[in-house]
Amino acid sequence: MTTKQVNVTINGKTVSVPAGITVVEAAKMTGVDIPVFCHHPKLEPVGMCRMCLVEIGAPMVDPKTKEVVMENGAPKIAMRPKLETACTNRVFEGMVVQTQTEKATAGQKSTVEFLLTSHPLDCPVCDKGGECPLQNLTMAHGPGKSRFIYDEKQNLDKQVPLGELIYLDRERCIQCARCVRFQEDIASEPVLGFDERGRKMQIVSLSEPGFDSIFSGNTTDICPVGALTTADFRFGARPWELSAESSICTQCPVGCNTTLNTRREAKAGGEIVVKRVMPRQNEEVNEIWLCDKGRFAYHYAESKARLTKPMMKKDGKLARASWDATTKFAAQKFLKNKKDFVVLASGRLSNEDLFNLKSLADTVGGKAILYSDMGGGDVTKLVGVGAGTNISKMGAGDAIVVVASDLYEEAPIWWLRVKQAAQRGATLIVANARETKLDKFAKHTIRYTHGNEVKTIHDLGKKNKIGDELAKAKNAIIFYGSDGLGVNGTSALASACGSLLKETGHVGRANNGLIGVWQRANDQGAFEMGFEPVADLEKALKGKAVYIAGADPVGDDPNLAKALKGAKFVAVQDLLETATTEIADAVFPAQAFTEREGTLTSGERRVQRFYAAVPAKGDSKPDFAITSMIAKQMGVILEGSSVRVVFDLLSNSVDAFADLNYDKLAETKEQFPIVGRSDMYYGGTTYENTKGLGVQLLPMAQVGGTVRIPKVRKEAALHPKEKEVLAVPVNKLYDYGITVSSAELLEQRIGETKIAMNSSTAKKLGVEVNNLAKISFDGVSGEAIVSIDDSVSAGVVLVPRSMGIAIREPIAAKVK
Amino acid sequence: MSLQQKYPKEIKQILSKYPPEYKRSAVMPLLHLVQKDEGFVSKESMQEIAGLLGITETEVGSVVGFYTLYQEKKAGKYRMQICTDLPCALRGADEFFNQVCEHLNVKDGETTQDGLVTVEHVMCLAACDRAPMFQEQGPDGIKYHEYMTIDRVNEWLQSLKQVETGEKR
Amino acid sequence: MSHILLRHREIPDLHKFNVYKKNGGFSAFKKAVTKMSPSQVTDEVKNSGLRGRGGAGFPTGLKWSFIDKNIWPHYVVANADESEPGTFKDRELMEMNPFQFLEGLAIASYAVGANVAYVYLRGEFWQIAEAMDKQIAEMEEAGILGDKLFGTDYSLRIYTHVGAGAYICGEETALLESLEGKRGQPRNRPPFPAVAGLFGKPTVINNVETFANVPMILANGADWYKSIGTPDAAGVKIYSLSGRVRKPGNYELPFGSTFRQLIYEHGGGVQDSRPVKAIMPAGASSSLIVANDKVLDTPIDYAAVRTMGADLGSASVIVLDDTVDLKWVISKTLKFFKHESCGKCTPCREGTFWMNNISKRMQNGNGVKNEDVDLLLNVAKQIQGKCLCALGEFSTMAVVTGIERFPEEFNRA
Ligand SMILES: Cc1cc2nc3c(=O)[nH]c(=O)nc-3n(C[C@H](O)[C@H](O)[C@H](O)COP(=O)(O)O)c2cc1C
Ligand code: SF4
Ligand code: FES
Repeated sequence: MTTKQVNVTINGKTVSVPAGITVVEAAKMTGVDIPVFCHHPKLEPVGMCRMCLVEIGAPMVDPKTKEVVMENGAPKIAMRPKLETACTNRVFEGMVVQTQTEKATAGQKSTVEFLLTSHPLDCPVCDKGGECPLQNLTMAHGPGKSRFIYDEKQNLDKQVPLGELIYLDRERCIQCARCVRFQEDIASEPVLGFDERGRKMQIVSLSEPGFDSIFSGNTTDICPVGALTTADFRFGARPWELSAESSICTQCPVGCNTTLNTRREAKAGGEIVVKRVMPRQNEEVNEIWLCDKGRFAYHYAESKARLTKPMMKKDGKLARASWDATTKFAAQKFLKNKKDFVVLASGRLSNEDLFNLKSLADTVGGKAILYSDMGGGDVTKLVGVGAGTNISKMGAGDAIVVVASDLYEEAPIWWLRVKQAAQRGATLIVANARETKLDKFAKHTIRYTHGNEVKTIHDLGKKNKIGDELAKAKNAIIFYGSDGLGVNGTSALASACGSLLKETGHVGRANNGLIGVWQRANDQGAFEMGFEPVADLEKALKGKAVYIAGADPVGDDPNLAKALKGAKFVAVQDLLETATTEIADAVFPAQAFTEREGTLTSGERRVQRFYAAVPAKGDSKPDFAITSMIAKQMGVILEGSSVRVVFDLLSNSVDAFADLNYDKLAETKEQFPIVGRSDMYYGGTTYENTKGLGVQLLPMAQVGGTVRIPKVRKEAALHPKEKEVLAVPVNKLYDYGITVSSAELLEQRIGETKIAMNSSTAKKLGVEVNNLAKISFDGVSGEAIVSIDDSVSAGVVLVPRSMGIAIREPIAAKVK
Repeated sequence: MSLQQKYPKEIKQILSKYPPEYKRSAVMPLLHLVQKDEGFVSKESMQEIAGLLGITETEVGSVVGFYTLYQEKKAGKYRMQICTDLPCALRGADEFFNQVCEHLNVKDGETTQDGLVTVEHVMCLAACDRAPMFQEQGPDGIKYHEYMTIDRVNEWLQSLKQVETGEKR
Repeated sequence: MSHILLRHREIPDLHKFNVYKKNGGFSAFKKAVTKMSPSQVTDEVKNSGLRGRGGAGFPTGLKWSFIDKNIWPHYVVANADESEPGTFKDRELMEMNPFQFLEGLAIASYAVGANVAYVYLRGEFWQIAEAMDKQIAEMEEAGILGDKLFGTDYSLRIYTHVGAGAYICGEETALLESLEGKRGQPRNRPPFPAVAGLFGKPTVINNVETFANVPMILANGADWYKSIGTPDAAGVKIYSLSGRVRKPGNYELPFGSTFRQLIYEHGGGVQDSRPVKAIMPAGASSSLIVANDKVLDTPIDYAAVRTMGADLGSASVIVLDDTVDLKWVISKTLKFFKHESCGKCTPCREGTFWMNNISKRMQNGNGVKNEDVDLLLNVAKQIQGKCLCALGEFSTMAVVTGIERFPEEFNRA
C-alpha cells in the first residue's frame, strides 16, 4: 500500500508527509512537538482541549483562474485569521504551519493557564508526577505565576473509586475525554461518561460492578494527568524511581508486549519487585493496549506459596534436598521406567523449556504430552497466518471467521482488534453454539448445535451467501477455539478450518490463515517443539513415570489425581506449591517469567523475547535448566545455562525456526504512532519498544512446502440419556487459575462458579435460577450457581473451565 | 412497577419516531416520561431505559447529568423555577424571586415544609416580555406562569393545594 | 402593513387547522410537491434573498443546495431551541401560527428530498410540543403529511423532539448530538451537517422563523419577498424586544427599520422615559452598542449592525437605560454562560468559570478593583478566537464591549 505524500512547511521547514494525517502527527514526524491533551493518535480527533493551537496557512488561489497566486517565485500564503487546532486539521499540499509564533505560543500558554485554574498543584504527591503531560507542558508553556485566586478554585472529590481497579481524582481531571473515548470507540464498552456539564463536568461510571470493562487499565495510560490511577499502583512508587524491563504477557496466546516497571522495596525486604505492568508498543500484536488480566494478574510470581528449594520424598514425606540429590533421584527413577517415561508440560513454559523437555523425552524414548484440552497445532503449523499479519490493517474487503471461541474471554486483545477490523468494514462471521460478545459486531452470526462445528465449517465452503463472501474476501483469517470442545473436537475443527482456508486460497500470505485461540500463552510453541495434547490423559498417565512441568493436573481434575496417584513416579517443576507438588516424589522450584529470559510463540506464531526483570526467588532455576540437570544425570546432554544457546540449538533442529536467531527477535523498527520517547504526552505513558518486535514463523503454506491437512475422524455425536444433559466446557477470562486468583484485585471479578443453560432446560431439570445446583459426570461432581442464557441450546449446560469443576470436553452429565 | 408496564403505549410511540438502528435517540423523551412520573430520575429507571435502548447505564446517566430538566434527586412535588436571567431581571425578576422566597419561607433551592414546592433559579425561558414569570415542573409536565405577582403566586399555590386535597382535579 | 409571519395578529384562531387552511394554508406546499421540482423550490428560496433567522444570517436557499446528493437519506431539522436570553419569537410563532412554520418545514423537506423531519424544541416548550404533535396529526389526517402526498411519490413525516434545558443545544451540531440521544456538545466541523448531520446523514437545519417565511415566499414569489427589506437582508424580521421598554414583545418589521422605530413607535418608549444607554441587539451574546442618535436612526440589517460593532444575531433586542449598571449586566450574562457552557472545550469551560468569579467579586460591594477589570478583560480576550463553538466567544462579547465602550462604568474613564 503506497500512500500519497504531500509537502507541508512546518516552522519554515518543508517536508513530505503522508496525505491525510493530522498536523500534530506531521509535526511529530518531523521532530516538532505540538503540545496536546485531548489528542491521542489512536482516537478520533475531537479538538476539545485547545492545547494544540497553531497558525495554519494555505496557498492563495485566484478565484477566477483557479490558479495558485505566486509571489517572488513561491505560492502566496494566506494565513487563517484564527488559531487552529493542529489535532483536527489534516495536512494538504502546500500547507504552512507555524507552531512557535508569538500568537501560537500565546494560545498554547492560555490553554495551560486555563487548565491550571482548576487543577490542584499537588505534583509532589501525584502518581503521574514525573511522567505528566500537564506538568511537562506547564514547565514548557505555562505562566510563571497564577493570576487566579486560589480560594475560588473548585473543590472536588479525590480518590473516587470508579470500580475496584481504577481510582479517579476529580480535581486532577482536565476533561480531555480520552478515557471516555477509549471506552467508547476502542473498547466498545462505554461505561465511563461525563456527569454534569461546564466546569462541573466530571467522570463517572454507573456500571455494576464499577467501571465494568476488561480494558479499564488502558485509560490510566492514556490519561494525560494523574486523574486516573490503578488501585494496584497508586501511591506505589514515583515514576522516576522505576526501572523498566521488556517482557511478554503470559496470560493468553495474543502475546502482548509489556514493560515491567520494577523498584527495590523496603516492604519486600529490600528486594526488587514488579510495581506495575505497562503496555509496550507492538503495532502488529497489541498496539499500545493491554487487557486488565495481563496488567493486574502478575502478582502470582510474588506469592507466598512460591517454591524455593528442591524437595524429594523420603519415608513418604517431601523434604528439602539439594539440587544434586533431587535431580539424581528423579533421573534414576526415569531411567528405571524408561518405557513408561512421560513428559507432561504446559504452554506456560518458554520455547526453550519445551525444547529441552521434548529433546529429553525423544532421547529417552518417552512421550511428550501438552497439558491442554485443545488440539490442532499441527494444522496451524501448516496454514497458520502468514508472516506480516497485522489485524489492524484488515478492513473492508477482508473477512474474519471466529468459530467455537469466545474471544472476549479467551484473548481480549484479539477480540478488540477483530472487533475494530469489523468496524472498519471487514466481514466478521461469528459461529458458535451460543451468543458471545462478538456477535454484536458480526455481519453474520451462525448458531450451530454442539457437535456440528465441523459441519458448519464445511458448509462455509459450499456455495451460499456467507460462503461466497468468505471465498471472495481479499484476505481471510479464521480463529478457532475450544469453546464447547475438547481435544478431539478441536483437532477435527482445526482440520476443517485448514481445508477451508486452503480451498479458498486464504493461506500462505499475510493476513490469511488459521489462528488457534489456545488456552495458554505458549501452546503454539509447544506444538512447534513437537508436543501434542491427548484426549484421554487419564489413561496416558496411569502407571507411568511422569515428569510434569508448569501444570497442576491433580488440583484441576480428580480423575487425573487418581491417575497420578497410580503413577510409578511423579516429578514436578513449578513456581508454586500445588496439589500436584503435594503428591509428587520430587519437586523442583522453577523461576517465574519475570525472573528469567526466554522466548514464547504467540497464536499468530510470532516468536518474541522476554527479559529478566527481577532477581530469582530462592534457589529456583529456569525450567530448561532444571531439565538439563535431570537430563545430565540420565546421561543426556542438554544446554542448561544459556537461553541463547538453547535457542540456537532449537532453531537448528526445528525447521520452522530455521531462519531465526536470538538477536533477530530483539530487532525493532520505526512504529507509527510514535509513543514514549522524551515527551511522554503524545501517546500517554506507553513504552516505546526498544527490545524487539519478534518474528513471525512462516507457515508451511508460505514456505512452499506441501500442505497436507490431516484428516481427523469425526467422533460419534454424544447423545445424553433421558434425565441427562450435555455439559460443555467454556472458557472464562477471570477464573480460579493460579495466575489470576493470586491477584487480590481481580478476586471480585472472578465471582462464583456459574453454569448456564436456557430457561426451558432449567425448568425441565427443576433447578432454580441463581441458586446452587449439583452437577456430576464421569467421576467429577461439583456445585455451581445456575444462570440463564437463552442462546444456549436446549439440553445443554455450559460449564466454565478452571472454576472448580473439572471438565475437559463435552460430556453427558446430571444436574440437580 | 416498571416503565414498560406503566407506559407501554407511550414507549412504543416514542420509539416509532426514530429509525430502529438509532433508538438511542429515544433516551430524552423516555427520561421526560420518568421525570414527570417520579419527579426525578431514579437509578432503576435509568437502568430500565438503558436496557430498552441497548446502551449502558452510564450513557443514560451522563445524559441525565447534562440537562437541567432532569433531576437526580427528589424535591418538592412541584418545582417553581423562576427566571432571573438578564431580560427578566431588568423587569424585576430578582425582587420577585426574593419576595417568593420570603413568602414561602425558603431559600434558593429549598422546598416548602409541606413538601409541595421547591423554589429554584433558572435561565431565560423565552418569556422575557412577560416577566416576572416562572415555570412549574411537576406531575403535569411543564407549565408557564407569566406576568406574576405575589397575589397570583398565591392563587396558584391555592389551586395546587386543592389538587392535593382532592378538591380540584 | 399586515404581517407576513405574525399573521395571527390579524387572523384570529390561525393556530387552528381549518382557519389556517381557509386562509390559503398548505397551498404552497401542495404547489411545491405537485408542480415544482425540488431544485426549483430551492432556487425560489435562493432568489428570495431569505437569510437564516437563527443568528448567523446564512442564505437559506444556498444552505439547502449544499446538501450532499450522494449520501441518503436526508433529514431536515427545525431549530426550535430558542434559548438565547431575550429571544421569544419562535415561541409566539409556534403557539399562534404553528401551521405556517410546519408548512415551511414541509416545503424545505421536499426541496432537499427528506422524508423525515424533526422539530427540536427546548424542553421548556413542553406544552408547545404537545400541541404540535396534535397539529402534525391533523396534517397527517388531512393528507398533508404521510405517504404519497397529493398523489405523488413524495412522503414526509414530521416528529417533535423535546430537549431538556441546555442553551448549547441551539448550536446546530450540539442539537444533532442531543437529537441522537447524547449530551448536547458541539461537534467538530468539518464535516458540516450538509454532509454528515443527523445519524451521520446529510441534514439541513434552520430556525423556526426561517421556515415560517418559506410558504409566503412560494405563494407570492421570490421577487415579492425581495422587494421587502434592504439589499443586504430581504423581507421581514421578528424583533423580540425586551428590557427597559414600556411595551416589550415581538414586533415584525421589514429590514431597514430603525432601532428608534422599534423602541419608540412599537415598544412604547423607555420605562420612566429614561434615555437609552445601550442596546444589546442579539440577546445575552450580544455586544453592547452605545446608543446615540446615529445608532437609533440607522436602518438596520445585518451589515448595518456590524458597523455598530455588533451582530444582529436573532434580533433579540435588550434595551438598557441609564439606570442600569453594566457591571451587573455583565454579571448576569456571565452567570448565564458559565451555567450553559457545555464543558467540552477548555477556554470556554474554564474561562466562563473564571470570568464569573471575577465579576462576582466586582459585585460584592468591595468596590471595583482596577486589577480585576484588567484581568476580566484579559481573560475574555484570552478566550476569544480559541473555542470549539461560538458559545465561548458569545460569553466575552458583553464583557469586552462593556469595558471598552463604557469605561466610566468600570472606573477607568
Ligand atoms: C451557542 C449557540 C446557540 C444557538 N441557539 C440557537 C437557537 O436557539 N435557535 C436557533 O435557531 N439557532 C441557534 N443558533 C444558531 C444555530 O447554530 C444555527 O446557525 C441555526 O439554527 C441555523 O438556522 P438558520 O440558518 O435558519 O439561521 C445558536 C448558535 C450557537 C452557537
Ligand atoms: S465554546 Fe463552550 S459551549 Fe462551545 S464547545 Fe466549547 S465549552 Fe462547549
Ligand atoms: S484540541 Fe488539539 S489536542 Fe486537544
